[in-house]
Amino acid sequence: MAEQTQAFTIEQFYKHLLQGKLMGAKCKKCGKVHLPPRPLCDSCFSKDFEWIELSPKGKLLTYTVIHVAPSQFQGMAPYAVGIVQLESGVKIPGMIRASPEHIKIGMQLTMDFGTCAATQQWPQWPRYFFKPV
Amino acid sequence: MKGKPLVSIVSAGLSKFGKLEGLYAREIFAEAAKEAFDRCPNLNPKKDIQALFVGHMGESYEHQGHTGATMADWAGLLHVPATRTEAACASSGAALRAAVYAVLSGLADVVMVGGVEKMTHRSTAEVTEYLAMASDYPFEQWHGITFPGLYALMATAHMHKYGTTEKQLAAVAVKNHYHGSLNPKAHMQKEITLENALSSRVIAWPLKLYDCSLITDGASCLILTKPELAKKYTDTPVHIIGSGQASDTIGLYERESFTSLTAARLAAKKAYEMADVKPENIDVAEVHDCFTIAEIIAYEDLGFCKPGEGGHLTEKGETKLGGRIPVNTSGGLKAKGHPVGATGTGQAYEIFLQLTGQADKRQVKNAEIGLTHNVGGSGATATVHIYRRG
Ligand SMILES: [Zn+2]
Repeated sequence: MAEQTQAFTIEQFYKHLLQGKLMGAKCKKCGKVHLPPRPLCDSCFSKDFEWIELSPKGKLLTYTVIHVAPSQFQGMAPYAVGIVQLESGVKIPGMIRASPEHIKIGMQLTMDFGTCAATQQWPQWPRYFFKPV
Repeated sequence: MKGKPLVSIVSAGLSKFGKLEGLYAREIFAEAAKEAFDRCPNLNPKKDIQALFVGHMGESYEHQGHTGATMADWAGLLHVPATRTEAACASSGAALRAAVYAVLSGLADVVMVGGVEKMTHRSTAEVTEYLAMASDYPFEQWHGITFPGLYALMATAHMHKYGTTEKQLAAVAVKNHYHGSLNPKAHMQKEITLENALSSRVIAWPLKLYDCSLITDGASCLILTKPELAKKYTDTPVHIIGSGQASDTIGLYERESFTSLTAARLAAKKAYEMADVKPENIDVAEVHDCFTIAEIIAYEDLGFCKPGEGGHLTEKGETKLGGRIPVNTSGGLKAKGHPVGATGTGQAYEIFLQLTGQADKRQVKNAEIGLTHNVGGSGATATVHIYRRG
């Protein structure tokens, strides 16, 4: 598979999202799943990985509602962001598209990357969001 | 007496902390250096100081990098080997650690260590962006998570796990503002009420304006030497008896826990072991209260109380002047101010004053053993130092 030859990089993680796939890197030697992917397994120092598709579903571990935002996000404030533990066990942060009063620790969320588009010169990364299941 | 001296602090200096209009970082650093030189008449700075380490977080603030050499020049120390350390808000805690390495290695007998940041000339949005650079870019900054946002994620997790309340967070701010009101060099020297803190505007829920440290200009420095040379420079040295530093993942999301900082726990463990002291031996501490939740987590990581009890500790007044273990008598980052690069050695300055009986209205009676806890970013770096009166 051509995909297996793609470098295990953050850049490639986001390129996969643009193709509608949430991909992590699994160490072939010790089995640890890395998200984001990294070139060197921090557990066993192997450089031998394979891409695995991850479930976009998970539960909310913690969250906040940002009122004072950096310049480029000012138009969106206030917005909620949280850290989600995916079903595979890996954790990932992101914005939550739900009104703050409906957000609760432990709630089930799913990643929405259907509308992902790269917009600028660097970095050419899309943005994903989380929404209630 | 506990704790074998590793190195000795023979002098210390601190600029005024606040909005220092019209001054560049190098000019503010010179003010701190001048105080340290004046306090130590037996020192000949040009002849005696053999190295300079300077903590400085960002070149974005003044469009100026290469801070080590710049500060050496403007402190009158032209040609000394000068090195900048960067570890976000722990930049000068890391500089102090580097200075300890330098003296203990025998490469230098007398070193100056300090830190500086000039921030207030920038807009809040700009500073928010620069501070966020201490977090993970591709997954935290990219998704709109600010620096207060990271600590808010910890606060929400702490409240959920332990029942910590917004009122307990506010109690930290009230205490530190009270201490700041006793410190003529603090950025904010006015007391606030619980009501003020709880009704201030939301920055990143559950953190409100008064849960956040200040955007401040300032500089701080210390002069260190080998313990056997200390008496040559002062009758009242303060010995560093324990030094710990550790790192963790740059992204908060990758950590096992969001209610404790592993780097701080590891740094503290190392420092306590080296110093041969226990948390209950600490008479006064300066901890990294960049946000009120950070101070509560610090109590727990440093062993001042059990995990989950930090909120109660502050509510009961145990960390206030006169309490069991006064914390942030300077006003902390919350009221004294948080010029990020200057913070670590600024904390050591307060402990130096406390252990030499120079803390005036905020003096902790008979303070013999002190501690500083300096955190970078959301906890990817932590340094802990323990001090003993000489
Ligand atoms: Zn591995």
